[in-house]
Amino acid sequence: MTLTPVITEFWDRPDLYTLAGYERTGGYRALRTALAMDPDAIISQVKDTGLRGRGGAGFPTGLKWSFVPQGDDKPHYLVVNADESEPGACKDVPIMIANPHALVEGVIISSFAIRASHAVIYIRGEVPEAIRRVALAVSEAEAAGHLGHNIHGSGFDLKVIVHSGAGAYICGEETALLDSLEGYRGQPRLKPPFPAVAGLYSAPTVVNNVETITNIPWIINNGVEWFRQFGTEKSPGFKVFAVSGHVRRPGIYEAPLGITMRELLDYAGGMRDGSEVKFWVPGGSSVPMLTADHLDVPLTYEAMVEAGTMLGTGTPMVFDQTVSVVKAVTRWLEFYKHESCGKCTPCREGTFWITGVLKQFENGEGNDPDLDLLNELCEQIMGRSFCALGDAAATPYPAAVKLFRDEFITATHTPVDQTFDPARSFVFSETALSEVGAR
Amino acid sequence: MTIASGSEQTQTDLVDVVVDDINVRVPKGTLVIRVAEQMGVEIPRFCDHPLLDPVAACRMCLIEIDGVPKPQPACAITVADGMKIRTQRTSPVAEKAQSGVMEFLLLNHPLDCPICDKGGECPLQNQAMSSGRGETRFEGKKRTFEKPIAISSQILLDRERCVSCARCTRFADQIAGDPMLELLERGAQQQVGVADDAPFNSYFSGNTIQICPVGALTSTLYRFRSRPFDLVSTPTTCEHCASGCSLRTDVRRGEVTRRLAWDDPEVNEEWNCDKGRFAFRYIRQDRIESPLVREDGRLRPASWPEALDIAARGLAAAQGRVGVLTGGRLTAEDAYSYAKFARVALRTDDIDFRARMASDEEAQFLAALVAGQPLGPTYADLDAASNVVLVGFEPEDESPIVLLRLRRAALKANTRVWSISASLTGGLAKMQGTWVPCQPGAEAQVMDDAQKDGSDDAFGAALRTPGAVLLVGERLAGIPGALSAAAALARNTGARLGWVPRRAGERGALDAGALSGLLPGGRPLTDPAARREVSDLWGVQADELPRYAGRRGSVPIAQSADAVIVAGVDPVDDPQGEQLMAALAGDRFVLSLETHHGPISELADVVLPVAVDAERAGTYVDWEGRSRSFGTAISGVTTVTDSRVLAMLADAMDESIGRGDVMELRAELATLGHWTGDRMSAPDVRPAPPAAGGLRLASWRLLLDLGRMQQGEPHLAGTARPTEAVMSAATAASRGLTEGSLVTVSTPDGSLTLPLRLDEVAHDTVWLPMHSPGCSIVQDLGAVPGDVVEVVPGGPR
Repeated sequence: MTLTPVITEFWDRPDLYTLAGYERTGGYRALRTALAMDPDAIISQVKDTGLRGRGGAGFPTGLKWSFVPQGDDKPHYLVVNADESEPGACKDVPIMIANPHALVEGVIISSFAIRASHAVIYIRGEVPEAIRRVALAVSEAEAAGHLGHNIHGSGFDLKVIVHSGAGAYICGEETALLDSLEGYRGQPRLKPPFPAVAGLYSAPTVVNNVETITNIPWIINNGVEWFRQFGTEKSPGFKVFAVSGHVRRPGIYEAPLGITMRELLDYAGGMRDGSEVKFWVPGGSSVPMLTADHLDVPLTYEAMVEAGTMLGTGTPMVFDQTVSVVKAVTRWLEFYKHESCGKCTPCREGTFWITGVLKQFENGEGNDPDLDLLNELCEQIMGRSFCALGDAAATPYPAAVKLFRDEFITATHTPVDQTFDPARSFVFSETALSEVGAR
Repeated sequence: MTIASGSEQTQTDLVDVVVDDINVRVPKGTLVIRVAEQMGVEIPRFCDHPLLDPVAACRMCLIEIDGVPKPQPACAITVADGMKIRTQRTSPVAEKAQSGVMEFLLLNHPLDCPICDKGGECPLQNQAMSSGRGETRFEGKKRTFEKPIAISSQILLDRERCVSCARCTRFADQIAGDPMLELLERGAQQQVGVADDAPFNSYFSGNTIQICPVGALTSTLYRFRSRPFDLVSTPTTCEHCASGCSLRTDVRRGEVTRRLAWDDPEVNEEWNCDKGRFAFRYIRQDRIESPLVREDGRLRPASWPEALDIAARGLAAAQGRVGVLTGGRLTAEDAYSYAKFARVALRTDDIDFRARMASDEEAQFLAALVAGQPLGPTYADLDAASNVVLVGFEPEDESPIVLLRLRRAALKANTRVWSISASLTGGLAKMQGTWVPCQPGAEAQVMDDAQKDGSDDAFGAALRTPGAVLLVGERLAGIPGALSAAAALARNTGARLGWVPRRAGERGALDAGALSGLLPGGRPLTDPAARREVSDLWGVQADELPRYAGRRGSVPIAQSADAVIVAGVDPVDDPQGEQLMAALAGDRFVLSLETHHGPISELADVVLPVAVDAERAGTYVDWEGRSRSFGTAISGVTTVTDSRVLAMLADAMDESIGRGDVMELRAELATLGHWTGDRMSAPDVRPAPPAAGGLRLASWRLLLDLGRMQQGEPHLAGTARPTEAVMSAATAASRGLTEGSLVTVSTPDGSLTLPLRLDEVAHDTVWLPMHSPGCSIVQDLGAVPGDVVEVVPGGPR
C-alpha cells in the first residue's frame, strides 16, 4: 500500500504554518464552500464519509455531531482535544506545528456545522511550540476574516480560544478536559449526561481530536467518495501514523487505514541494524502489545480488535530484542500511577499496587505467585474504574505476561538490567556501545 | 412487590424491574441502590449518600445489569423499565467486583482501628467484614501522611484513613454551601484539604465527621474520648435554637460525650449545625448543685425543705403582686407549669417569657397570629414555596436548618428567596437570594410601601404568588410597626406567615401561655369560653383566674412586683438587662430557678437548682409549631425539673397544680389543644418616623458568639466568624474609612473599636455582631438595632 500524504502533503514547505503559506496550498477554500452549505448537510456529509474519531476510541464523528440537539436555544461548543499525552502518541502535536491552519479551518467548519459560536482548542501545556503556532494561526485567521463576527458575510460568528493544559494526562479524557476548562480539577464526570447534551458549562458540546477535525477541510473539498476510496468499509480514510521505536526513520507516515505494520516498517526504513521486532503496540501504551506475528494485520479499527488489541491513536511503537518487556510494562504502569486522577478506587489504588509489584520484578525480586496476582489485580481494575484511564492501566501487563512469561520468571531472580543492558536499547552505534562498556 | 414513595404515585410513574430475580415495581428514576435498599438488599457503598448527588467514585456498589458489558455503579444508575439487575447476592461478577474494590480500599488504609474513633461504627470496618477478604495480599509499604492535621480548630483530618469518597467535599459544596474543602493532588496522593489561609470554618462542619465512612474526620472535642460501643444513646432535641433538630446524645459513664444529628426527614434531615453538635460542655460547668438561701446578705446552701419553705413564704407574702419571668429556654412543659402556677397559685397574670427585645406590639402579634396555631408553615412548605421573603431574620445565624432547607429549595426546586435586610449576607448568597436593601429600623416602611397601590416592589408581587411564605424573625419586635406591617403584608398578599424566634423554648412558652393575656393554646385570658376550658382542666373556678391581662415586658413586671420568680433568663439577652437587674436588686423577694450560677442567681433570695435538658425529658416546639419531645440522656447534677419545683412550691403554699410530671403535663397540654375561637386582632402600629442623620446600627447575634451555652468549648469558638464592623464601600468612603482599618463606633453611652470590612450593606448603615468577643452592642454601646451611631477612623481617642 502506498503512502497517501493528504494532511501532511505540504509539510515540507517551511511557511506552511503561516496563513499565506496555507492559502497557497488551497487553504480556506473549504471554508467558503462550507459556509455556503446547510450546516445539516455538512453533518450528513461527514457522517457519510464514515470518518471515525482519531483520538483512540474511533467513534463515528458525524454521528457524534448529530447528537447535538439543534434549535435548543442553548450555546453550543466545539472543543478540540489537543491534549495529546499518551506514551508513544505523537501525531497531533506535529499536525499543530506543521499545519495549524488546517486545524483552524476544520474548527471553523465543524463549529458552523454544529452551530457553535465558541470553540476551544485545549492543547497540552508541555508543547509551547504547538500552542504558539495554533495561537498565531487563530489570530491570523481572525485578521483575515475567517474568524470573528459574520464570517465572510455568512452571518456566522465564531470565537476560538486556545487553551493550554497544565500537565495532566487525565485531561485528555473528554469530561475531565471540560472540568479543567471550567476551572475545576481535571477529573472525569459522571456520564450520562454526555457532553453532546451537557458538556462545557452544561451546554451541548462536541469534543473531537485534532486529527479528526483536521480531516474536515479535505472532506468538504473532495467529498464522500474521494474519502471512502481510502481505507476499508469500517475504517474509511487515511491516517497520520506516527512510528517510533527501534526503526531507522521514526516519524510521521500518512497512509490509508488498512496498511500493515510491515509496510509502515518498510517506509520507516526497517528495524535498526541487526535488530528484529520483539513486540509493538499499534496505538499508544493503552492498547495490548503484539509481536512480529502480527505485522501483516491491517491497521484498521476492526482488524486490530480482531487481533486482540486496538488501533488506538494509530501511533505504533516498535521494540526490538534489546528491550525488557518487564521494564517497558513497569515504565508504563509508573506513568499511569502518576497520572491516575485519584477519583475512583480501582485506578487510584490498583496502579499504586501493581507498580510496586512490578518494581520488584524489575529489581529481580519478583515472586512467582505475583504473576497471577497481577493478572487478578488488572481484572479488578478493567471495566471497574470510572473512566478509561483505569482500563488503560490494566492493559499492558496481561498481554505482556501472556507473550513473555519467561521474562517475568527470570525477573524473579535476576534484575532486568542484567538480562537486558539498557545501553543496548538506547544507544544505536556499536562503537558507542563499546565506549559505554555495554554487555 | 411495589415500592412507591408516596400514595399519590400514579401507575404511569412506575416501572417494572427485576432485582435478583425478584420482580419489583418502583418509581421511574429511582437509583438502583435505593431500590435494593427498599427490598432489604444492602449493596455496600462509601461515596453514596441519599442527600448528596451521586459521584460513583468509590466503585464499591458495582452490580450487574443484563445486557451491559461492564459492572455498573448502583448509586448512579437509575432504573429503566424491564431492567434486570443482579446484586452481589446473585451475581458472581458483582461480588467479585465489590471484593476487588474492597481489597483496593484497604490497601493504603492504616491498621489503626483499635485507636480510631470510628472503630466499632465504621462502614469501612463493617463492609470489610461483609465484602472483604480475611487476609491482605498486599506486601508493599503503605502510603503515609502526617496525622492528623487540623483543617479547623474543631475538625481534624487524618488523610491516611481517607478513602476519597468525597462525601465531605460534596457536603460542603452541595449542602452547606461552604466549598472550603477540596480534594487535592492526584492518584494515591489524592487528599482532602483546605487552602492555607481558609480553614474549614463552616457552621455545618461537624456533619462531615458524621457522614465520613471512615475515621478520616474527627473532632477535637471527641477524639480519643470513647469507643462507640461504650456509648449509651438517647434521642434528644437540640436546645440551642428554634430549628428543632433531632439529635442523638451519646453518653459515656454518665457524661455527654458527643452529639450527632439524627435523621428526621421532616425537619433537619440528617444535618445539624456545629452549635447543636459541639456546644454541650455547659452541662457540667458552673452548675448550681444545691438550693441556696440568702442569709445576712450572703447565699448559703440549704436543704430542699428549708429553701422551699422560705420561697413559699416569700411568694405568699407577695400574693397578687408576684411577677414571673421565664425566658426562652424552657421546655414547653415547664413553661406551661409556670403559666399554670402563676395563674393558680400566685393569682397573677404578670408573666412574660420574652427576656429579650420585646414590645406590646409583638405580644399582640403573637397572640393574634402565632400562639396556639396549628403546625405551619413548615419546612416542607419552604421546600414547595414559590417565593420566601425573610424580614429581620438571618437564617444562617439564627436558625441554620432553615438556611439549609431554603438553600436546597432555591437550588433544586426553584424557590426564590428574598431578604429585607441591612446587608447582603453570605447566607443569602448561598440561597441565591435577592437582597432588598433596608436600613435597620425601616423594615416596617419597606413592607408598608410594598402594599401600596401601584407599588413596583418585586418582593410584594412575589408574595402574591401561590405558595409564598413570609418569614419574620424575632428581632422585628425591636422595630416599631414592623410586625404590624408584616401581618398586614401577609394578609393582603395571601402569603403564609411564619415567626422564627431564636431560642428553642420561645414558641413552646407562647403556646403554653407563659405570656400575659394568653392562656395555654393561644386562648385569650379575657374570653369566657377560654377561661372555662382552662379552669375546668385546672380544677379551679373560672373567676379565680386573673380577670385582666397582666403586665408585659420583664422590666415593668419586675418593677411593679413585690416578689419575682426568674427562670432561664440571661440579662445580656435583654437590651433592658441593666434596668431588669436594678429592679431585681431592689427591695423585692427574688426566687431564681436556675441551672447555672449567673448574675440573677447571685442576687436572688432563694435559688433552686433545676435540671438542664440532658438531665430530663421534655418538649421543645420549633418555629413551625412542631412538638419535638426528647428523653433523659444523663442523670447528671439533678433530675429535678422546674415543673417539679413549682409543684412542690405549690404544695408548700397549700395550692395544687399537679405533680409536675412530664407525662402528666403533656397530657394536659394535649387535652387543651389549640384555641379555635376568636382572637385578638393583629396589631396596627404605625412605623416610627426615621431618625435624622448619623449611621444606623444593624446587628444580630451570630450563630457562634458569647452565648452562655457555648461556654467551655474553645474549639467551637475557634470556628466563629471574626468580630468586625461591616459597611458599604460608599458609606465608608463618605466617612474616610478604609477596608481592614480599625474604626471606632460610638454612641453617647460608649464606644467600640474593631476592624472594618466592606461589603454589600444598606447606605448609611454599619453592621456589628450583637454579642461577640470584643463587641456587645447592648453592653458596650447601650444600643439596639436601628439606633443612630457614629463611626470614625482609628482607635479610641
